[in-house]
Amino acid sequence: MNGPGGPPQHGFGPVRRKEDARFIRGKGTFVDDVQRPGMLHGAILRSPLAHARIVSVDTAAAEAHPKVEAVITGRMLAEAGLAWMPTLSQDSQAVLATDKVRFQGQEVAFVVARDRYSARDALELIQVEYEPLPCVIDAERALDPAAPVVRDDLPGKTGNRVFDWEAGDAAATDAVFARADVVVSQDMLYPRSHPAPLETCGMVADCDPVTGRLTVWSTTQAPHAHRTLFALIAGLPENKIRVVSPDIGGGFGNKAPIYPGYICTIVGSMRTGRPVKWVEDRSENLMSTAFARDYHMHGEIAATADGRVLGLRARVLADHGAFNATAQPSKYPAGFFHIFTGSYDLQAAHCQVTAVYTNKAPGGVAYSCSFRVTEAVYLVERMMDLLARELGMDPAELRMKNLLRPEQFPYTTPAGWQYDSGDYPRALALAMDIAGYPELRREQAARRARGEYMGIGISFFTEGVGAGPRSHMDMLGLGMADGATLRVHPTGSAVLGVSCQTQGQGHETTFAQIVAHELGMSPDDVEVVHGDTDLTPFGLGTYGSRSTPVSGAAAAVAARKVRDRARIVAGAMLEVSPDDLEWADGRWQVRGDPGKGAAITEIAMAAHSSLELPPGVEGHLDAEAVYNPPNLTFPFGAYICVTDVDPGTGQVSVRRFIAVDDCGVRINPMIVEGQVHGGLADGVGMALMQVIAFDTDGNCLGGSFMDYLLPTSVECPSWELGQTVTPSPHHPIGAKGVGESATVGSPPAIVNSVLDALAPFGVRHADMPLTPANVWCAVQGRPVRTDLAIP
Amino acid sequence: MQVTVVVNGVVVTRDVEPRLLLIHFLRDELGLTGSHWGCDTSNCGACVVWLDETPVKSCTVLTPMADGHRVRTVEGLPADGQLDPVQEGFAQCHGLQCGFCTPGMMMTARWLLDHNPDPSPAEIREAISGQLCRCTGYENIVRSVRWAAKHGPAGPGAGGQEPGVAG
Repeated sequence: MNGPGGPPQHGFGPVRRKEDARFIRGKGTFVDDVQRPGMLHGAILRSPLAHARIVSVDTAAAEAHPKVEAVITGRMLAEAGLAWMPTLSQDSQAVLATDKVRFQGQEVAFVVARDRYSARDALELIQVEYEPLPCVIDAERALDPAAPVVRDDLPGKTGNRVFDWEAGDAAATDAVFARADVVVSQDMLYPRSHPAPLETCGMVADCDPVTGRLTVWSTTQAPHAHRTLFALIAGLPENKIRVVSPDIGGGFGNKAPIYPGYICTIVGSMRTGRPVKWVEDRSENLMSTAFARDYHMHGEIAATADGRVLGLRARVLADHGAFNATAQPSKYPAGFFHIFTGSYDLQAAHCQVTAVYTNKAPGGVAYSCSFRVTEAVYLVERMMDLLARELGMDPAELRMKNLLRPEQFPYTTPAGWQYDSGDYPRALALAMDIAGYPELRREQAARRARGEYMGIGISFFTEGVGAGPRSHMDMLGLGMADGATLRVHPTGSAVLGVSCQTQGQGHETTFAQIVAHELGMSPDDVEVVHGDTDLTPFGLGTYGSRSTPVSGAAAAVAARKVRDRARIVAGAMLEVSPDDLEWADGRWQVRGDPGKGAAITEIAMAAHSSLELPPGVEGHLDAEAVYNPPNLTFPFGAYICVTDVDPGTGQVSVRRFIAVDDCGVRINPMIVEGQVHGGLADGVGMALMQVIAFDTDGNCLGGSFMDYLLPTSVECPSWELGQTVTPSPHHPIGAKGVGESATVGSPPAIVNSVLDALAPFGVRHADMPLTPANVWCAVQGRPVRTDLAIP
Repeated sequence: MQVTVVVNGVVVTRDVEPRLLLIHFLRDELGLTGSHWGCDTSNCGACVVWLDETPVKSCTVLTPMADGHRVRTVEGLPADGQLDPVQEGFAQCHGLQCGFCTPGMMMTARWLLDHNPDPSPAEIREAISGQLCRCTGYENIVRSVRWAAKHGPAGPGAGGQEPGVAG
C-alpha cells in the first residue's frame, strides 16, 4: 500500500469478515429464501403504457383462477384509503393506479396466489382498458406550455414543475465572472441510470389476524424508517410492526425507498390472513424502482488567464419522473448538489436546480450517489478539464494550482458546507506518482504520432457523507441520528445492536472491530445484531455512506460509556478510587502500578456479581447511545484513468485506473479497498455502458440486462489503489464514510480520459455512456442525446 | 410430469410442471437456496449450477431438461466434509460483499480450476465474464480464484467438517 496508513490500532486492521462463513456455504438468508407456513405468492400487473387513462379493470377471470386467493386493485385500495402513499420527498405516489397510469411499468393490480407461477398466470387474465394519452418523456420539453400535465391529480397543478431551488450567491458569482479573463461553459447530461443490485426488491409480509401483529422480511436499507412509514401509511400501531431486513443482495440506494409492491404485499397478507411473498423480477426492478441521476446540467467556470479559478455556475434541469420520490434529507430537494464547487479554492459560486415531472419511473437519488454529490463532482471535474483545454494547461497542473490547501481546513465553501479535514495536494501527488504521470504523457504523445489514441483522465473529488446533523437533516421529519446498544455479558463477550443495515459492507465485522478497539477486546467476542427492528435501537439506515460516520460513531460512544462504567466497577474491584485508574493496553490499571488492573472480561463478571459497588452504580456494564453528528464527514480522493480509444469503432478500453482515497481512519482496510473496487466498477459502467433511455412513447429501453449493460470482469482493469489518512476531527474514531467515494469519483476520470484521447479530433464533450456508437458519433462531429432513442 | 435428478449426489424424484425452471426446482422444491435468481435472461449468473459437468444458468434451464442428469450446487461444493479451496479463497481474499453472486461465481471457478489448475488473471476474468458482481469490481474474485489455485485441490484443511447436504 502506498502512503501513510497511521500507526496500528487495537482492533482495527484487515481481519477476515464474519459474514463470509454463511455466504460461501450458500447459507445466507435473503428475502426470497424466507419461507413461512401457508405462504402465498404475489405478483404485480403493470402498465404497458407511459401515460393513459384507466377506463376499466376487469378482474373476474383472474379471481376465478383456481389457485388465486385475492386480486387487489387501485379502487379497492382507495376504499381503504391506501391507494396513494407518501414518498420520501413528501409527494404522493400511487400504490395501485386509480385514475391514470403515469409511467410504463406503473403498478395497476396485485394478485395473490398459491404459487409464484399461478400468480403470474393470473396477471394475464386481468383485462385493463386504457385510453392512451400524449406523454412527456424529454425533461427539456416538460416545461413547454403545451406539454401534457403529468400530475393532474395534484390540486391546482397546471404544469410539470416540481420545484426551483438555488444555493450560493448569484450576485457575487456574477461579479467574479465579470472580471474573469476566461469563461468556459458546457451542457452535459448525467443520464438516467439504475443501481440494479443483483437481488431485486421483495418482501414477505405476515400479518397475524389474532394479534394484529405485522412482521415483514423486506429488502430495506432502512428498517426502522420503513417501520415508521408503514405505520403512517397503513395506520397500524408502530409497536405492532416488526421489520426484518435479512441478508440483502446489494442495495446501492435502490432499497432505501418504500415501493408500492411492499404496500401491496402487506395488504395481501391482511386480506388473506396468510403470509404473502412478493419478489419483483429484473424488468420490474429496472423499470419501476428508484433510478439514479437524470440531471441535465449547464456549467460555467470563470478563471484568470494564468489558471486561477474564480467562480462556478450551474443550472440544472432535474428529471424526477412521474412522482417526486427522491430520497434525501427533506430540506435539500436537490440533495447535496450544492457541494458542486468540489475541491477547489474559488471565490463565488451559484447553482440553480429546477425539477420536473415526466412520464418516467420515479426516483433520482440512488446508486451510491451521496445525495447528488455524484452529479456535482461530475460537473466540476468536467468543467476543470474544459478549462484546462481552453487555457492550454495540463489538467493535473490546473487542479494542483486550485486545490484547497491543508491550512484552509476547516474550510467553508461558497455554498456553505464546512469541510472537516483534508490534504488534497498530497493525494493528487500520490496518484500522479503511482500512475507515472509524466511518463504517461510522453507515451501518449508518442502514440498519437503513430495514430493511436490514448487518454489520461483525472478527477479529484470531495464528498460530504454521514447525514445528519438532525437539526437540519431529516427524512420525512425523522431526524438523521442513530442509536446503538451495547450489552456486555458476565463472561465478557458483547452484543452490539445497531439500526443501520449491511447490504454487503461488512458491518458485522467492522462494527465489532469498533467495539473491540474501544474496550480492549477481540472482535471475535463482539456479536453485531442488525436488521431487526425488534432487536435494535432506532436509526435512519444505511445509505449516503452514513453507517460508519453515524452508527459507527454511536457504537464507539456506547462502548466509551461501557468503559466509563467499567472504571467505577474496576475501582471497587481493585479497592482504589476510579480517579486513580487509567485506560492503557486495553484495560483499566492503577496509575503508576501497571501490574494492577482489570480487563473488560474480568470487570464484566464483577459488574454482574455481588461485589459492593459505589452509590449510584447499579451493576452491569450495558450502555446505549444516540449519535447526532455535528457535521458530515468529507472524504476525498484523486483518481487517474488511462484509456485506449479506437476512433474507427468507438471502442473504449480502460487500461489502468489509479485511485487514491482518503477516508480518514480505516477500521478494516481490506473492506475499505473492497468498497473502492466496487465503486470503480460502477464508474466504468456509468461512464461507458449503462443508461436507462426511453423512446418518444415512453417505452423503457433499458428494461433487462440484455439492454441495460453492466460491467463484467473483462471491462474492468486491475485497480491500482493508494491511500492517505486525514482523520475527521469530529468523528469519535476519526473515520469518514467511504462506501460511495469511488462511484462518485470515477465517472469523470473515465470521461475525461476518453475525451483526452479524442482531443485530436476536436471533440470537446460527449455525454455518458460513452458506448462505441456514442463515441463514434462524437468523432464524426455529431454527438447524440444518449438518453433518448436514436431517431 | 415426474423427474428424477441427482442433486449433490442425492437421487431426487418429484412431480413438477414441465415449465418449472431449474432454479425454482432447486430453491422452492428442494430448499437449496444457495443458488440465487437475479435476472431471467442468462446475463447475471447468480443461478449458475452444474448440469452434469458443465456450469449452466439454471434460470434458463427447464427442470425436465435435468431429468436423468446430475446437478451440483454450492451446497454440494464441499468434498469429504471439507470446504472447497474456492470457498476458502473467497473468504481469504474478500472475494464477496453481499454474497448474492458468490455461489454462482464459485461454481464457475471450480469448473475452471478442474480444467485449468493454474489460470492466469486474464483466464479467470474470461471464465467469469458471463456473470455479474455488483459489489467487488471483480479484482478480489480474481485473487480468490488464484488463492484457490495455489491451495488446491485438496484444500488447506482449515474449513473443518461440513454437515451433510440433504436433497
